[in-house]
Amino acid sequence: MSAKDAQFTRMAERDRPRVRFVVDGRDCEALVGDTLLTALLTNGRRVRSSEFGDEPRAGFCLMGACQDCWVALEDGTRLRACTTFVAAGMRVVTQ
Amino acid sequence: MTERPPVIVGAGPAGIRAAATLAAAGLAPIVIDEAPRSGGQIYRRPPHGFARSYRTLYGFDAAKARRLHETFDGLARKIDYRPDTLVWDLRDGVMHCLSAGASREVAYRDIILAPGARDRIIPFPGWTLPGVYTLGGAQIALKAQGCAVGARVVFMGTGPLLYLVAYQYAKAGGGVAAVLDTTPFAAKRRALPGLLRGGRTFAKGLWYVARLRARGIVMASGIKAIAAQGEGAVSAFVYQDAAGSRKTIACDAIAFGYGLSSETQLADLAEIPFAFDSLQQQFLPQRDIAGRTPVRGVYVAGDGSGIAGADAAELAGERAALALLEDRGLAADGARVQTLERALRRISRFRAGLEAAFPFPVDVAAKIPDETVLCRCEGVTAGELRQSARDIDGGDINRAKAFSRCGMGRCQARTCGPSAAIVMAAALNVPLERAGRLRGQPPVKPIPLAVSHE
Repeated sequence: MSAKDAQFTRMAERDRPRVRFVVDGRDCEALVGDTLLTALLTNGRRVRSSEFGDEPRAGFCLMGACQDCWVALEDGTRLRACTTFVAAGMRVVTQ
Repeated sequence: MTERPPVIVGAGPAGIRAAATLAAAGLAPIVIDEAPRSGGQIYRRPPHGFARSYRTLYGFDAAKARRLHETFDGLARKIDYRPDTLVWDLRDGVMHCLSAGASREVAYRDIILAPGARDRIIPFPGWTLPGVYTLGGAQIALKAQGCAVGARVVFMGTGPLLYLVAYQYAKAGGGVAAVLDTTPFAAKRRALPGLLRGGRTFAKGLWYVARLRARGIVMASGIKAIAAQGEGAVSAFVYQDAAGSRKTIACDAIAFGYGLSSETQLADLAEIPFAFDSLQQQFLPQRDIAGRTPVRGVYVAGDGSGIAGADAAELAGERAALALLEDRGLAADGARVQTLERALRRISRFRAGLEAAFPFPVDVAAKIPDETVLCRCEGVTAGELRQSARDIDGGDINRAKAFSRCGMGRCQARTCGPSAAIVMAAALNVPLERAGRLRGQPPVKPIPLAVSHE
């Protein structure tokens, strides 16, 4: 699977300002108003690795209930991706 | 001494109606909501800067959504609204609220809990793969983010959301690979008399099905999920059709769910006694039709007190607010109380019909394969939970939880809980209500270790 494959497909609301952020050292683009989860999954198919083996996870409930999408920034900050908006310059680690 | 303002937790349909009712009576409630914007899930509002119309976002319910949002916006100067705030603990008249990395204590005298619901799911092999989402999650992606969860999505499970979300995807131009209902067609036909009482709700359901059929989308009833397949992410869904044949559908996403489950952690911390609800197959906080609980000053309303849908949530929020007013010795409109209670009883009869048409497939949950991950937080398999159930021999689910760690993860069993209880009950060969229930514990959701306490 190439890194370019995206899980989410944009269907509407494309006319929003762009935001640059970084995923695993790769420059990525999202839109203002995207959650971090949307930003990650329009740029790939993973959010984090499971603590139990290497298998990838990519969120589940999208409403802050399942806690599956907690993701780390390079500085160690941990964020729940589905309830945090992406911000310019965020440096996310999903591997 | 000035009297403490009443508190409302949740700014969905129930919380908003409760707030409007209290404000109309001259009180200034504190309204705490975890979301950045009011509306709850069904009437969830996209972030600022999104442009789609109410009609596009909410379809048949556009007028209701607009009314509810405008009602809440109109309360801005009359209430103390605290969005982006998590109530993570609650006891003895004090709640702990987390916002912007800081935790604050807020004392309360009376409180209306309206925390809503989440999807009720049954794990199946492969369900932790990227690309597998809840039906509610798939709807949020579209409504609040303008995204489809995949380019080719299989919708699977049961409940009104199944057809609604599939229809919304198709209408938005999304790829719908199939709509697969786990309920046998015969069960739906038997439930028809009850459903017909639902009038408009039932008609909407039929309309979604007809529109999906008109688009030539693959639809089937009475299916059984076998597995989500894929290396690193979903690439296919495998199921058994009603005739017993194994089928595989290529897809890059699966959205599934089996109705909703009430969010009850705060009611638990408030020490409301719970009782098993055989219709919903879940332990729920005890309450009367007004939303009063056995704990003085604590009220519950909306889907968090038992699944009844958004219309009922609006009515219940208003009714609970009137109960709060009555209990404070303030005037409450008696005729309005009667009207609300009649409407709530009517909806509750229709709900019984809906549960019959879209029953929670308890047998499917009981038969989750041993090697399937049941608790996605802690990586516990169904087999491991069964083993710990046998090891503790006759204990309840909280002991099995301590042994297996199932339900001890960061989601506090919001995801696996309904299925874990069924797996436990089946392993112990006891009725579901005898397997006990997983207790809520603070913090009800993860809070950062570095929280400052004010």
